[in-house]
Amino acid sequence: MLKNLIGKRSDKVKNTIEKGAVRKFAEAIGDPAPIYLDEEVGKNSIYKRNIAPPTFPVTFNYGFIPEMKLPSKGIIHGEQNYHYERPLFIGEEVYCHMEIKDYYEKTGRNGDMSFLVINRIGEDENGNLLFSENRVVILNDAVRKGMLV
Amino acid sequence: MKLITDLQIGESLDEIILNPVSRLDLIKYAGASGDFNPIHTIDEEAKNASLPGIIAHGMWTMGNLAKLFTPFLEEGFIQEYSIRFKGMVFLEDIISLKANLVETESKKLTFNVEASNQHQKAVMNGSILFNIHSKN
Repeated sequence: MLKNLIGKRSDKVKNTIEKGAVRKFAEAIGDPAPIYLDEEVGKNSIYKRNIAPPTFPVTFNYGFIPEMKLPSKGIIHGEQNYHYERPLFIGEEVYCHMEIKDYYEKTGRNGDMSFLVINRIGEDENGNLLFSENRVVILNDAVRKGMLV
Repeated sequence: MKLITDLQIGESLDEIILNPVSRLDLIKYAGASGDFNPIHTIDEEAKNASLPGIIAHGMWTMGNLAKLFTPFLEEGFIQEYSIRFKGMVFLEDIISLKANLVETESKKLTFNVEASNQHQKAVMNGSILFNIHSKN
């Protein structure tokens, strides 16, 4: 039963927000703004340094949950929610982990569908929350059966 | 430039219309994000997944939409960003990004946000809570 996945979590992984990675990411979303990329602008900003775009946490390593064999195919991203305590700073270290919050199945027009709710968390080195992310992914039947193997 | 705090309820940020989605956009995003799911870059893999063609990463569109708020980061920051993905984005689609102020509560501005395609169909929508820095 995939319901057994609820509550499972990964170990924390340290991620460093690198300037080059932020540049590449900002360019890839068409948002190469000076507040992200220009050191002088960062220094003189309210943040006193450069910050990262709000969806940059997609690049982090959140560790892995051994019981969760989520394939790279056949998954539909349904919802994505971010909460930030403050913007992330270039150069800072973020400790990330993830946790399975929920799993449920629904029968709809297109047959059975399964929903997995995954929380991903970023903290500073003292364990203070920096951001949290909640995503809902929809698994088709083939994926669900594959995960049960 | 207008301040975000000058906006009245019902007013919108300046709309952004993206260039037609190109394969290179998605290859760049795959590399920058680390999401190499091949349905976003390789035609054959998209067909195998019963799609008419490659589709944009949902997070590519979500990343793009946030730039409506980039000019205002000196005034505040995005505290909550919630999106529901409504439809797929294909190559050559022309995506419009919109944010409309719906609520103001002390230092928190709530916007309804939407990305829609050239057929005026929403491909994703949701909300952004923009938190004004206390010194502003």
